[in-house]
Amino acid sequence: MSDIALTPQTAPPPEPTTAPGEPRQGRPDRRRRAPTRKVVIYRTRLWVRIWHWINALSLFFLLVSGLQIFDAHPSLYWGQIATFEHPILAMRAFPQGDSLRGVTFVFGHPFRTTGLLGASPFNGHLVSRGFPSWLTIPANRDLEGGRRWHFFFAWIFALNGALYFAYILIGRHLRGDLWPSLADLKQIPRSILDHILFRHPEGEAAATFNVLQKLAYLAVLLGLLPLMILTGLTMSPGMDAAFPVLPFAFGGRQSARTIHFLCAWSLVGFFAIHIFEVFAAGVFNEMRSIITGRFAIKVPAEPQPAPTLGGPSA
Amino acid sequence: MSGFSLDRRWFGRTLAGLGAATLSACDRLNNSPQVRKVVDGAEGLTRRVQRVILKPGQLAPEYKVSDISPAFRANGSLDVDDDAYRAHVANGFKDWKLEIGGLVERPLSLSLDDLRRRGVQSQITRHDCVEGWSCIAKWTGTRLGPLLKEAGLKPTAKFIVFYCADMMDALAGDPYYESIGLADAFHPQTILAYEMNDQTLPVPHGAPLRLRVERQLGYKQAKYVMKIVAVDSLKPIQRGKGGYWEDTVDYEWYAGI
Repeated sequence: MSDIALTPQTAPPPEPTTAPGEPRQGRPDRRRRAPTRKVVIYRTRLWVRIWHWINALSLFFLLVSGLQIFDAHPSLYWGQIATFEHPILAMRAFPQGDSLRGVTFVFGHPFRTTGLLGASPFNGHLVSRGFPSWLTIPANRDLEGGRRWHFFFAWIFALNGALYFAYILIGRHLRGDLWPSLADLKQIPRSILDHILFRHPEGEAAATFNVLQKLAYLAVLLGLLPLMILTGLTMSPGMDAAFPVLPFAFGGRQSARTIHFLCAWSLVGFFAIHIFEVFAAGVFNEMRSIITGRFAIKVPAEPQPAPTLGGPSA
Repeated sequence: MSGFSLDRRWFGRTLAGLGAATLSACDRLNNSPQVRKVVDGAEGLTRRVQRVILKPGQLAPEYKVSDISPAFRANGSLDVDDDAYRAHVANGFKDWKLEIGGLVERPLSLSLDDLRRRGVQSQITRHDCVEGWSCIAKWTGTRLGPLLKEAGLKPTAKFIVFYCADMMDALAGDPYYESIGLADAFHPQTILAYEMNDQTLPVPHGAPLRLRVERQLGYKQAKYVMKIVAVDSLKPIQRGKGGYWEDTVDYEWYAGI
């Protein structure tokens, strides 16, 4: 049973064979719009929705508590050890008059970041800290508080993720919905163009993921999220003793910390695109789909027999 | 200085406004004792799961001489503000003795030479600070386990407490202390180090003796160790959480992650 309860997506027919007046499946044609009607289908199953929201909540808290932990030593290095004089990234505050100047060093190059990074306002005056108080939990500098929140949501995130992986290995979500087919891969150039032109499918194709969506989700699910867990565990001296392969695999505890940081911001980047696409594709329909599972698509009014789009039955 | 600046008002204000709204709500959550009780509850889970995964004999990774940090950061107390300690430093800790007592059959009082005679072990290991940085050094010292066997732990002993010479908070008048469980005390890499990188342990790193308990974070590596006491409970000691940082800022006693 697919988690996107719909008839299999058919490849769009070759252009010349499209009969006049017949809408091309899945791609809106602004010039000749055949009469369509809305059909509400059941697109996203309950367990995927629950997983999604628990994941979203835990990633949010993991980010803001992670930035709190980072603020305890706002520098990044590569290798086993901290090369204090030569960080990859460092956020510092320097005295300036009776206030502070925040400077962020990237590979030694200084950038003035007063107010945001290095030195930011807290209780009305600038204080020395990596990320500002409005991006961390707790708001004040509190490494231990940050660690407690981080590890609490790390458990929720990891258990939620483990259930998800168990389910996609048994169920058809991975093969049925996420894994791109050869036909999908051939669509990559066209899909890139569609995204650039903000062409969003409204027909049956909207009910399944497009190829760029599949690749983005797979990169997050099989790449970034597992990397977050593994690099996070590598920072633990206990786990490094239990699994010496961890610090070896990532080139050291400090490298693992840097990768953890980069993956976290990559997830923030994914989130930004994700939210952008939700708005671009229709925020009401998309939000309804991830909350209730129901999603409206447009199908030809006549003479298409509707029942293939089984309705909210799954 | 580069001209690039993130100090763009519209950008900063929009972000800050959104962030402030969400995160002031978060901060209220953080300040709720009920919420924090749930959140802090995960610490027990972490400790128990690590205890299951990490077998008693598993070793912390050891490194090559070429991996040793050229500049090992000294953190916490960098010296001991105490006349007796200064006198010991002045004469190279010749009259200094480590006391081992508490729930033991035969309390011991050992000089540095006594410790050296009881076996020498060297290891090049990584020191992981809770703040996130790491340094590597070669530590040479005496294994703690055989010393405890020599003293004869009583069956009721459950924890080993390390009392230090340094005062983190002179007003409170309590010295730095740390404690570990028996599994870590008898771990083959747990040593009392009197040398760092083949030199006598320097004062900022805890002369004359510091604990190395290699599978835990930096704040467990007690410096300036003066007295080792076997106890059945950590509750009666200072504020009862098993260590200076545990007592003052609620760091986890089991510092495995």
